[in-house]
Amino acid sequence: MQTLYDKLWNQHVVHIESDDPSSMALIYIDRHLVHEVTSPQAFESLKLAGRKPWRLNSILAVADHNVPTTDRSQGIHDPISRLQVDTLDQNCDELGITEFKMNDLRQGIVHVIGPEQGATLPGMTVVCGDSHTSTHGAFGCLAFGIGTSEVEHVLATQCLLMKKSKSMRISVEGRLGLGVAAKDIALAIIGEIGTAGGTGYAIEFSGNAIRALSMEGRMTLCNMAIEAGARAGMVAVDDTTIDYIKGRPFAPQGELWDRAAAYWRTLHSDDGAVFDRTVSLDAAHIKPQVTWGTSPEMVTTIDSVVPDPALENDDVKRHDMQQALNYMGLQANTPIAQISIDKVFIGSCTNSRIEDLRAAAQVAKGKHIAANIKLALVVPGSGLVKKQAEQEGLDRVFRAAGFEWREPGCSMCLAMNDDRLLPGERCASTSNRNFEGRQGPGGRTHLVSPAMAAAAAIAGHFVDVRKLDT
Amino acid sequence: MEKFDTFTGLVAPMDRANVDTDAIIPKQFLKSIKRSGFGQNLFDEWRYWDHGEPGMDAAQRQPNPDFVLNQPRYRGVQILLARANFGCGSSREHAPWALQDYGFRVIIAPSFADIFFNNCFKIGLLPIILDTSALDRLFDAAKSTEGYRLTVDLQQQTVTTPYNESFTFEIDTFRKHCLLNGLDEVGLTLQHAEKIKQFEINRHNEQPWLF
Repeated sequence: MQTLYDKLWNQHVVHIESDDPSSMALIYIDRHLVHEVTSPQAFESLKLAGRKPWRLNSILAVADHNVPTTDRSQGIHDPISRLQVDTLDQNCDELGITEFKMNDLRQGIVHVIGPEQGATLPGMTVVCGDSHTSTHGAFGCLAFGIGTSEVEHVLATQCLLMKKSKSMRISVEGRLGLGVAAKDIALAIIGEIGTAGGTGYAIEFSGNAIRALSMEGRMTLCNMAIEAGARAGMVAVDDTTIDYIKGRPFAPQGELWDRAAAYWRTLHSDDGAVFDRTVSLDAAHIKPQVTWGTSPEMVTTIDSVVPDPALENDDVKRHDMQQALNYMGLQANTPIAQISIDKVFIGSCTNSRIEDLRAAAQVAKGKHIAANIKLALVVPGSGLVKKQAEQEGLDRVFRAAGFEWREPGCSMCLAMNDDRLLPGERCASTSNRNFEGRQGPGGRTHLVSPAMAAAAAIAGHFVDVRKLDT
Repeated sequence: MEKFDTFTGLVAPMDRANVDTDAIIPKQFLKSIKRSGFGQNLFDEWRYWDHGEPGMDAAQRQPNPDFVLNQPRYRGVQILLARANFGCGSSREHAPWALQDYGFRVIIAPSFADIFFNNCFKIGLLPIILDTSALDRLFDAAKSTEGYRLTVDLQQQTVTTPYNESFTFEIDTFRKHCLLNGLDEVGLTLQHAEKIKQFEINRHNEQPWLF
């Protein structure tokens, strides 16, 4: 009786130091995604050691963190950002690595384009020098973020040295309420187990509420596994997975497709498989979530209030809560729905796929952003998502409502390009981290779902998306 | 990687939980294509009043005198005491690079985020897990005693106070071996090159769609 994680792990063990399952193992890597920020030092070290990439066709590269989301015809004006993107282009050209360059229609956020291209397939090990690589686990693969030394290690050896994690099953049963999205499930889970709750674990999300999610929703959920502390999150393969992959450019075709799909259907935890920890949530009880602090676990529901540190018994926690409220410029017991905002960001590897944009557009349709909103950005996850959204007329909905419609990239999720908050500005954001300074120094981030972000843009403050008449 | 020898170093306390890698090294410094030079921007947003950008002259910056590492008593610090879930967030190895470049050789916390923990070993920075009660005592001692130093012995897996009180820590045998000998992991893995090739051939036969 094996868990999905056991199956994926066992499939990839090249070598193990001893019979002790907790000893270091050499794990084979099927797919290596590369972006411009965490790769230059790895390529440099590889070159200095006189080594070449072990398997070129396992690598797919794209620049996403530094790219401008405005007009790209003049290139990147920030010389330091430009050098980093140029360095990736040069490394890929020199070594013969497949890269979607900035003006390629297929360019986009690395965790959006992998699945979109069918470069992420069930049963794979997928790595990238980016913690949100957990996103790809939505396809029943073992996907996790790595550091730059490991990027070099995978380039040079196609393997990683690692220890097997413990396993956790998070089961969400029941039906999600109208207006409640995968993002709300993710935040509710983090609120429940904490940002370190998944440390040392690989998490499998299961239950009928998860099976009912689209691939976009599953990606949002697995994306946030790292925010719960787990390096990898995953969902078992089913028809939804296989239907999504079929016909994508990197996916197998013909007879190979049939063989692959038959194998993929075995990628689920066996009945009776034992997990080290199990957590259960009732989908019907999950409400739209809004973070109030500077860690994703500092989260509550839209109908609630900012918590009071005075009620916290743990000294370190109370101190952190007070520090977070000071940074966020919030008073304890303020109703969440009374918090007004300055900017709105709809995008990031968490929520920039077509379904996310549809959910936001549905709320924005026929409305206009409030007078106090200085900027409302919609940044599609890839050139192909952008194109599809434009075919569906979503760009016109957003523009008519006062939103800006941008080019794809990571954008204001981490503000490495020009999209950022100014000190003190408050943002309703569909991204994944509300850390201090994450969206710009002194910026204040509240994490929400795409529909909640759009609703906040229209109202000028947080509002319960379930109570809107759309 | 340099060999990790036993040493005695000055200790500084960073008394907050969930210190994330965005705080350790903010994103604007990630645009560098080098591995070195991140130390001057370690904890940049907490450490300086003014906003830091790459290429700024550190001597012209406005340090925040209240920030722990700016206090003169912690000059030359090598050991950081931290709280739970240190290094959470982004996978950026720039965070351990910045800590090491600043002079840190050891971080002691009750827990670390997985990716950060793993990244530290790759560059010879030692993350040590001790239980919360041990850390509470070390925090108290480091705060109340100017010049408080600890001795870290990796071979014996101990952290020892000036009063010869020792705390034992766990470490994976392989990681310990690599740190003590300053070994290059890529080189070690390539000793298994034939095994990797054979694995790849089998995998190609079984799942040709992956190649």
